[in-house]
Amino acid sequence: MTEFSKLSISSAIKGLNNKDFTSVELTQYYIEKIQENSNLNCFITPTFETALEMAKKSDENITKKKQRSLEGIPIGMKDLFCTNGTRTTAGSKILENFIPFYESTVSENLWNSGAIMLGKTNMDEFAMGSANTTSFFGNVINPLNPKSSKNSELVPGGSSGGSASAVCSGLCMGATGSDTGGSIRQPASFCGIVGLKPTYGRCSRFGMIAFASSLDQAGPITKTVEDSALMLQSMASFDQKDSTSSRKKIPNFLDFKNIEIKGKKIGIPKEYLIDGLNSEIRRVWDQGVNWFKSEGAEIVDISLPHTNSALPAYYIIAPAEASANLARYDGIRYGFRENEKDIKELYEKTRGKGFGKEVKRRLMIGTYVLSAGYYDAYYLKALKVRKLISNDFEEVFKSCDLILTPTTPNVAFPIGEKQTDPIEMYLNDVLTVPASLAGLPAISVPSGFNDEMLPIGLQIIGRPFDEISVLSAGSMIERLRGF
Amino acid sequence: MSIDNSTVKKVASLARIEIKSDEEDTLIKELNNIILWVDELQKVNTDKVDPMLSVFNESMPMRQDIAKSNYSNKLIMKNSPKSNSGFFVVPKVVE
Amino acid sequence: MEYLIDGSMNKWELILGLEVHAQISSRSKLFSEAPTNWGADPNSQVDLVDCGMPGALPVINEYCVEQAILTGLSLNARINKTSIFDRKNYFYPDLPQGYQISQFEYPIVGKGFIVINCDGVEKQIGITRLHLEQDAGKSMHDQEVESSFIDLNRSGCALMEIVSEPDMRSPTEAAEYVKKLRNILRYIGSCDGNMEKGNLRADVNVSVRLPGEELGTRCEIKNVNSIKFIQQAIDYESKRQVEILESGGSIKQETRLFDPNKGETRSMRGKEESHDYRYFPDPDLPPLVLTDEKINKLKKTLPELPDDKKKRLMSEFKLNDYDAEILVNDKDIAEFFESTVCGRDGKIVSNWVTGEVFSYLKRIEKNIKESKITSNKLGGLLDLVIDGTISNRQAKEIFEDFIDSDEDPRKFIQERGLVQLSDMNEIENLIKSVLQQNPKMVEDYKNGKEKLFGFFVGQVMKVSEGKANPKIVNETLKKLLK
Ligand SMILES: [Mg+2]
Ligand SMILES: [Zn+2]
Repeated sequence: MTEFSKLSISSAIKGLNNKDFTSVELTQYYIEKIQENSNLNCFITPTFETALEMAKKSDENITKKKQRSLEGIPIGMKDLFCTNGTRTTAGSKILENFIPFYESTVSENLWNSGAIMLGKTNMDEFAMGSANTTSFFGNVINPLNPKSSKNSELVPGGSSGGSASAVCSGLCMGATGSDTGGSIRQPASFCGIVGLKPTYGRCSRFGMIAFASSLDQAGPITKTVEDSALMLQSMASFDQKDSTSSRKKIPNFLDFKNIEIKGKKIGIPKEYLIDGLNSEIRRVWDQGVNWFKSEGAEIVDISLPHTNSALPAYYIIAPAEASANLARYDGIRYGFRENEKDIKELYEKTRGKGFGKEVKRRLMIGTYVLSAGYYDAYYLKALKVRKLISNDFEEVFKSCDLILTPTTPNVAFPIGEKQTDPIEMYLNDVLTVPASLAGLPAISVPSGFNDEMLPIGLQIIGRPFDEISVLSAGSMIERLRGF
Repeated sequence: MSIDNSTVKKVASLARIEIKSDEEDTLIKELNNIILWVDELQKVNTDKVDPMLSVFNESMPMRQDIAKSNYSNKLIMKNSPKSNSGFFVVPKVVE
Repeated sequence: MEYLIDGSMNKWELILGLEVHAQISSRSKLFSEAPTNWGADPNSQVDLVDCGMPGALPVINEYCVEQAILTGLSLNARINKTSIFDRKNYFYPDLPQGYQISQFEYPIVGKGFIVINCDGVEKQIGITRLHLEQDAGKSMHDQEVESSFIDLNRSGCALMEIVSEPDMRSPTEAAEYVKKLRNILRYIGSCDGNMEKGNLRADVNVSVRLPGEELGTRCEIKNVNSIKFIQQAIDYESKRQVEILESGGSIKQETRLFDPNKGETRSMRGKEESHDYRYFPDPDLPPLVLTDEKINKLKKTLPELPDDKKKRLMSEFKLNDYDAEILVNDKDIAEFFESTVCGRDGKIVSNWVTGEVFSYLKRIEKNIKESKITSNKLGGLLDLVIDGTISNRQAKEIFEDFIDSDEDPRKFIQERGLVQLSDMNEIENLIKSVLQQNPKMVEDYKNGKEKLFGFFVGQVMKVSEGKANPKIVNETLKKLLK
């Protein structure tokens, strides 16, 4: 009997094709795991019946030798992706009862590859958060505990916290995430798993509930780098339904295995050595540098001079876009509605009650920075700063192939921490946001632990559309890290 | 620049978000902190820098003018909180 | 002649600028595949974008872009090779996304102009810009006392907003401007110009000033949907402003609504709240970049526009300015004229079209395409006139019956015994008998009273019951009276 908990996606594919076990057995196993671990609150809407039906179909396909690339692999779907006939909430009360009648391109691609939907994973409301503490459906709990206080509950990171916690605790083989300023990489780092944010435009945004359209990008959250490549392969596509979907050729991402690290130039940006960077994280970063050296890579000191400005620019651009993207949630055509006599009251009460605090805060900021008299000083200024940040990356990629940084300034923290001051929470994304603003592919790979045995992730940032090199560097870390 | 009581009211009204009076003070404080924080950007020299609208630099894809009825009225109305005879219904709007 | 408003104290000058919204005649919407058929069941032509569904994304309709370019070219305007779509943010129940995708700083078409003709005087009206945008849905308020009903069929339809300079100075000029614009749109086919269906509607900016002074504060009258209403609204609004100013008041810049039943404009209270549209570039849409190649290719497909057609008709068919103007003022009429005139005399065809055809259409309240008139029918009838088979007068008398029938013209007149008398001998006999019966007149004529010639012609026509060929009558009469 196969030990399901040890399986990666790639090994499960082999097992399924070998008929070591069936997809129904595998799916049944994960359903039980989800039920046993409901305290983690990883799923908003489980879809067990659908999952078993899909698994049956997959087993048939395998029997007929008609299997597709992810045939029979049970995954979690972030509740940001619209799923036809299955409630999709974006973690918000305002979409509490929303049942899409269309399918997001990313989820459709996955189903077309034979993946199986175990359920819709919990997330920060409208993907706004870094701890998964803003979901209307409650906090997600990180399955990992500090060595010294086994009972303290940690955040899984956010906004793809449900997906990250589910993959980490073995409730699914992999899961989708979305990353606007770090929402895949940061929770992956907090949960000790792999999170990949592809280049902007690589995965279609059609049917993915928008937070900040110029930044949102879907990506996989998996146990291994190889699984990440496998999932990305099926998620990525050119989509005519998304005007910002790239027509660039999609490579075979598994080719990362043929990319040598030897001879690559790895940039180490001095600006990422920020005040408040945890010393143990610093140590793992140094360790990462040594791994690359040991593999024959050349280490280059680089400078990304506008790194400091990335986070403030992000907290202008993302809320501004969100203020328009979330205007459609008005209680008229779908979703939660607070009935009032007068239309303006209906809007204000519906949105006042339907949105949580963090969302309202960002909508207020976004509305403010776009409003008459402030547009130039804030929004336009932020767009210019974004250009400088993007230019910085373009410049350094003339002298290096990849950039190595920590993913987060801190490890996972206890639920309830960083809740008093919003900015304290925002600072979580300080190391992930620059690559988001520049639209670059970036991966977070578990690379070490602090002395509390909490995972520390390193981030590798690549040139536009060079996910393959990013994956290759990630797999090198996987190989050398010793766990 | 700071956000005062009346600015918060104006912005909340533009965003159509009801702010309860007991939330107001905290919100003003938080918004001010955030604005003060992002104000750091003013120090960055952006003379001669073009605003970056998007990182996406491929051309705009265009669709052929072919009409398709992808969704029936029934689907479109499926999630509506209030409807009548195929219309969405809202409280009387005065023009 | 200068148009001034007579106040009780002063004469005021009227300043008018128009924003015309023209719906592009496309099969599908600007950013979605939903059909644009008029009069469909409520919310039956709605795609995800059109009802603001979560995760919906806009993808632009190439045809609409091309129609905007063609329209820009026909307005003598510059086509901007890079334009940007922005979100215009406001809440309204018929605006499902909470914003309208429009163009703000960088529209697809820049400055241009058109020439209008007011009582024979030409005037150039500046075009500020033309941009593409989504239409909103429709709110209906009459179904229930306490609620409004929302239909999103129109939501997302492609509009061209065509903004003029404040160059018009009278209600007539405004009316002529809209007529001319509508005519151009119809010529190139980018918009059917149907104002009743709301496919063409105008926002009218009205202000007044004492001649020579700075521009006054303007009011915008929203969504006026007929040319008559545009004139009425301007008339009312300008007088209202003059009254306020002359009684020492000042004009408040606002949006107003025209009530056709009362002939009045009134303030739109609902939209009074401070406008702060928070325009910003739509991150769902890359910039719209056009190549010279594309623009030039479109330019080659531009049809002949009314002004050029008019010039050509005047020179090719020797028409006068007035006739040519009315012929080109309606694309279908102009086309009808051109297909009828082919191989025939321009003046005769033009007289018939502007005379009999127009009055017939007016009587049956239809346009040329809806009517049973065709070029073949009219042409066939005119051929019988031209070859002398029937007289012009006979043709006019039978015209309407002939059109209503489905018969061949020759057969039609034969059945009614309407053949013209062209037999020389018979006509000569008729003339001789008329002359014999009026010896006194013949003598007077021969003594120099040449005006009597018409009298003889009339008599001959009378005895022939109008069938005599007038040309032969004239010639023979001249010969016999020598
Ligand atoms: Mg306008
Ligand atoms: Zn408009």
